[in-house]
Amino acid sequence: MKNRTSSPIPVAVQTLTKQDFTSDQDVRWCPGCGDYSILAQTQRILPDLGIPKEDFVFISGIGCSSRFPYYMNTYGFHTIHGRAPTIAAGVKTANPDLSVWVITGDGDALSIGGNHFIHLMRRNLDINVLLFNNRIYGLTKGQYSPTSEQGKKTYSTPMGSIDNPFNPISLALASGATFVARSLDRDPEHLRNVIKAAFDHKGTSFVEIYQNCNVYNDGAFFTYTEKETKADNTVFLEHGEPLVFGKDSDKGICLNGFKPEVVSLTDGAPTSENLITHDQFAEDRTLAYFLSRMTEVPGLPHPIGIFRSVEHPCYEGMMTEQINTAKERMGEGNLEALLNEGDTWVVE
Amino acid sequence: MKKKKQSIEEATILFASDSGGGAQSIGTQMTEASAIAGNDVATLPDYPAEIRAPAGSLAGISGFQLRFSSLTIHTPGDLCDVLVAMNPAALKVNIDKLKPNGILIVDIDNFARRNLRLAGYSSNPLEDGSLTQFQVFPIELTRLTREALKDTNLTQREVDRCKNFYALGMVCWMYNRPMDYAFQWLEEKFATKPQYIEANTLALKAGNIYCEVTEQFATSYEIKPAKFAPGTYRNIEGNMATALGLVAASQKSGLQLVYGSYPITPASTILHELARYRNFGVKTMQMEDEIAAVGVAIGAAFSGALGATGSSGPGIALKAEAINLAMIAELPMVVCNIQRAGPSTGMPTKTEQADLLQMFYGRNGESPLPVIAASRPSDCFETVYEACRIAIKYMTPVIFMSDLYIAFGAEPWLIPKVSDLPAIDVHFPTDTNGFEPYLRDEATLARPWALPGTPGLEHRIGGLEKEDVSGNVSYDPDNHEQMVHLRAEKVARIVDDMPPTEIFGESGAELLVLSWGGSYGAVRTAVEHKQAEGESVAHVHLRYLNPLPKDLGDIMKGFKRVLIPELNLGQLRLLIRAEYLIDAVGLNKIQGQPFHVFEIESKIDELLRGAA
Ligand SMILES: Cc1ncc(C[n+]2csc(CCOP(=O)(O)OP(=O)(O)O)c2C)c(N)n1
Ligand code: SF4
Ligand SMILES: [Mg+2]
Repeated sequence: MKNRTSSPIPVAVQTLTKQDFTSDQDVRWCPGCGDYSILAQTQRILPDLGIPKEDFVFISGIGCSSRFPYYMNTYGFHTIHGRAPTIAAGVKTANPDLSVWVITGDGDALSIGGNHFIHLMRRNLDINVLLFNNRIYGLTKGQYSPTSEQGKKTYSTPMGSIDNPFNPISLALASGATFVARSLDRDPEHLRNVIKAAFDHKGTSFVEIYQNCNVYNDGAFFTYTEKETKADNTVFLEHGEPLVFGKDSDKGICLNGFKPEVVSLTDGAPTSENLITHDQFAEDRTLAYFLSRMTEVPGLPHPIGIFRSVEHPCYEGMMTEQINTAKERMGEGNLEALLNEGDTWVVE
Repeated sequence: MKKKKQSIEEATILFASDSGGGAQSIGTQMTEASAIAGNDVATLPDYPAEIRAPAGSLAGISGFQLRFSSLTIHTPGDLCDVLVAMNPAALKVNIDKLKPNGILIVDIDNFARRNLRLAGYSSNPLEDGSLTQFQVFPIELTRLTREALKDTNLTQREVDRCKNFYALGMVCWMYNRPMDYAFQWLEEKFATKPQYIEANTLALKAGNIYCEVTEQFATSYEIKPAKFAPGTYRNIEGNMATALGLVAASQKSGLQLVYGSYPITPASTILHELARYRNFGVKTMQMEDEIAAVGVAIGAAFSGALGATGSSGPGIALKAEAINLAMIAELPMVVCNIQRAGPSTGMPTKTEQADLLQMFYGRNGESPLPVIAASRPSDCFETVYEACRIAIKYMTPVIFMSDLYIAFGAEPWLIPKVSDLPAIDVHFPTDTNGFEPYLRDEATLARPWALPGTPGLEHRIGGLEKEDVSGNVSYDPDNHEQMVHLRAEKVARIVDDMPPTEIFGESGAELLVLSWGGSYGAVRTAVEHKQAEGESVAHVHLRYLNPLPKDLGDIMKGFKRVLIPELNLGQLRLLIRAEYLIDAVGLNKIQGQPFHVFEIESKIDELLRGAA
């Protein structure tokens, strides 16, 4: 067996290509589904991560999105609905050397798996979570999901949904996630960069990906992904940079009391100094949380990029530390001695 | 005064107090002292569900029954020789368990009208003649303890908490038990609070001297050591034995143990125990719920660890879907079900054996799993170890069943030598040549355990039906049927890996008593008694429930009748009837309490008379 105590260390490996990460299974998503792009970008970026192919493990729940591991020529486990975080936690705790990825959907992660999701975030295992948010249940053919907007008409809500949706970024932040980001299925380069950043982050990395389900919720995110509207409706987060957006970078976000507000940068008055400056490394979660709430306010652009990236000790590392400490204090466990522990007596 | 010392075969004592009033603690002390003195011992703690119900109320009574003997025993006894009742509620709850002419020790200082009312007595049982069939010893336990501790600096509350040790001192005198063990225990327990060591030691000695000097107690009893096979022994509770069995399997197989759990009575103490073994590389993970707990065990197994999870019926119900995933993914894992009285939350602190069919059939689709059950506290070690061996050898989750009665009960355990434990061979393939994730071993039908991190063996598993050999997703009708058969056949083949079934008694007798799980002790004792009376009765106890031993059918056919006593409405009986078309008779009790020996004896009598 390999040494199983350290975290994934990039080692020199023969150059891999996207092809190496493509399995021999036919991809069975609907033509035009946003999942294709996410798969392609993942397969493109993995060869650049510097770790051998056999060290990747993709673990998913159930849903269209969760078919993902079958298409990756890595180790994979297509588990049960909502439970991928638990199985991934077991994989990573048992073998911290592996690079463990959770592939999940909005229903998988936030309805049936909601409890596991928040607990995964707070435990901070070094696991990367890609949530394909299409704001619908795809695999079960089009019911509303916990990210569907109130009023959404679906097969199960003919008069419109009366549930309030979750905001996955807010939820992850509130649960203590140390890396939280959002990206878009239709922005390949950004997606690759965010996946790479998630990999580079040590600790649980959560990435929400706006994903188009062209069959049951077509165009749910077009405002944020399509050329005509994207620039005016998204703001790309860059660490240390002011929040500026718009086709001509002519708008910014500033603080009005506790509220974010769009200001025009062409009218002369406000300059970029008055704008909110992004700080993804802030230990305090307030700014990141504040930014995550922008999607709740009509008229504000959706922040895309890394909301938060801070280093905290990882669960599996602390587990290993406890084991080492226990061995130092009590010595390596001796089974014979353990069985004979306590009050014993001998019968001749 | 000259005191008499009388030699007797055995004794059963029941300590009862408010929960937190010390019955468990002194019961444990007396157990250890008796075991070390060489007696065979068996215990039955009986906890209330409430942690601290109102003092003096019936709901809050906690009991600890202990039997020690110069003979080999299998149960903590049906009725008691001695009842120590610290208040009227303790008396009321337990008086039915005292033998006629048994010794009743009560703290008379606790029998004021208020205490009596709390226990629901309209008159004082010590005065109204209702206890005349017992030898009653009304002791001023509270006053005497305060007297003995008057020179300590403790508060009255603290002083009163030492009453149980006063009572222990008395019982030690009655049964000629040295008190060294208790002294030593106090030293360890209160290492940082020397004032408590002193106080309890004073109470203990005072209780002992009280019996020595007062005329009330004329006779003390002596119980000779029991005959044990040579070896080193320790006293062990079922859950402790389960934890040790898991660690032993981890050490012998060379696999790290990952144990996922979510607290639930009566399984939690396995988690507590395993959490202490970090120096054995044991990774315990207390998860957010039982589903997560089994999830981490499955993930750990996928990574090449010995994955295990433990719970009780309600938690096992939550795990069902994930256990089924491990079944179809063919990953090794051990699932411990420490049964308690159901349904639903049921009676969480009481025992029952009513989860057998849940373990057989409580999953969707055709989901065959090996099921094995422990019979006694010490047997938990070997049985859970066997569960690990089967899981790894056959690449399957295995259900290990125990129950509250044996989980919390204790008995002497002949400590095995590590070198005598069966080998657990593990093979992780590395050869890429001809590797297929579902290419099976010819003998066991186990699939290869190929670990993430192994170059060239990358593959995907999951809960969707698998194509035979390749493991690719398949909806092919014939393939599905074949895989269903293969998974069933794999479990069925375990019969060839099981020892022959032991028959206690003559085969071909009138009556066979067939039992499983924690009913072992009562059944074995009843059959021993009946055999001694010359009755034609034998006993078979099943460790392996799925698959059932291959010789069982023939064994049963050798008897005129088969009796199956169970703490449920007849679950094993249902399986036996279905499997063998044998008209087995049931003895079913579902009161949250283990069988009494006499209950089984009278059923045996009834059947033998009926058969004659
Ligand atoms: C225990 C259980 N309940 C329900 C289902 C049915 N089911 C499968 S996928 C799914 C929802 C998937 O939605 P989402 O996670 O958003 O994934 P998507 O298909 O949209 O990618 C449901 C309800 C199931 N497979 N298992
Ligand atoms: S149903 Fe929607 S999410 Fe599922 S594969 Fe088709 S397009 Fe994609
Ligand atoms: Mg979805």
